[in-house]
Amino acid sequence: MSDFTNDHMILVIFGAAVATYLTRIAGYVLLSVVSDIPPRAEAALNAIPAAVLTTLVAPAFYAGGWEGKLAIAAALLTGLRFKSPLPMIAVGWSVVMVCRYFIIG
Amino acid sequence: MRESSEFSSGLRSGIVPALSAAPFGMLFGAVSVTQGQSVFETALMSLTIFAGASQLVGVELFGQRVAPWLIIASIVAVNFRHVLYSAALTPVIAHFSLPKKLIAFFLMTDPQFAEALKRHEEEERVTFSWYLGAGLVLYVLWNIMTLIGATLGGFIKNPEALGLDILLPIYFLSLVMGFRKRPNYLPIVAASALGSILAYATVGSPWHVSIGALAGILLAALLPPGKTKEAAQ
Repeated sequence: MSDFTNDHMILVIFGAAVATYLTRIAGYVLLSVVSDIPPRAEAALNAIPAAVLTTLVAPAFYAGGWEGKLAIAAALLTGLRFKSPLPMIAVGWSVVMVCRYFIIG
Repeated sequence: MRESSEFSSGLRSGIVPALSAAPFGMLFGAVSVTQGQSVFETALMSLTIFAGASQLVGVELFGQRVAPWLIIASIVAVNFRHVLYSAALTPVIAHFSLPKKLIAFFLMTDPQFAEALKRHEEEERVTFSWYLGAGLVLYVLWNIMTLIGATLGGFIKNPEALGLDILLPIYFLSLVMGFRKRPNYLPIVAASALGSILAYATVGSPWHVSIGALAGILLAALLPPGKTKEAAQ
């Protein structure tokens, strides 16, 4: 069971693909069954994108090195000025590279 | 003519997120090959799963020879947010036919979802041509970058030396900031941040994604409805 072959690998990939597709249609299927959305449920639905995406940022900030924390903070400040992600990425990446090559050495 | 201009507008909407995701496609390809998967298996994952963070979790677990059901469960845990996304996307694409909806949900990724909601919020109707344009840019570039990464895999010894590790969180941060005019934005983001960090430090990855998100979503349901910063609709 633990030592799987190439054939198993392909099966696991297809299994993961089917499971992932099911997560992608599950919310739609649920809403088709439940037609009337109460206001609190709607507030919850509205909160989903920011709530989920935050969980992809905060632990990276928490677990990353100090140069990572500095880069994310710098990107946050950049984001207050510019709407597009590219300036944020450019600033954050530059901070990390400068720290790693000139300060950590 | 209208259809094709919608499609090219979709291509334009997709290009920035696709380029931001490109390094991760490469990173995934490289990590997957260095964990012992073939180029074919690596490409198959990007073609059929098409969900970057979960693919990286998957190859990490393949490398550790974890039981297959646990690998699939972990991939589902990372992708659990799709359940929430598809619920939120449903009213936005309500006018698509069923086959078009099924295609749209296959192409639904973090950036695709965010771009579609942004377009919907700007009171522009999300057409299927626009959605397909944006989705295909992401899908095609993701798969090309996977192949490049898988081919070059052996050469990237240390992604941190290239600063690749910081790109993904900053990209997601930019998406989070895009929602800052939503009702109760700050408390929701604070609850999710705190919840995900606590879960990360205790239960561990990948559960911090679902647990942190639930913290923010529950708070949103409990709080009195806040005002949107734009004029009331």
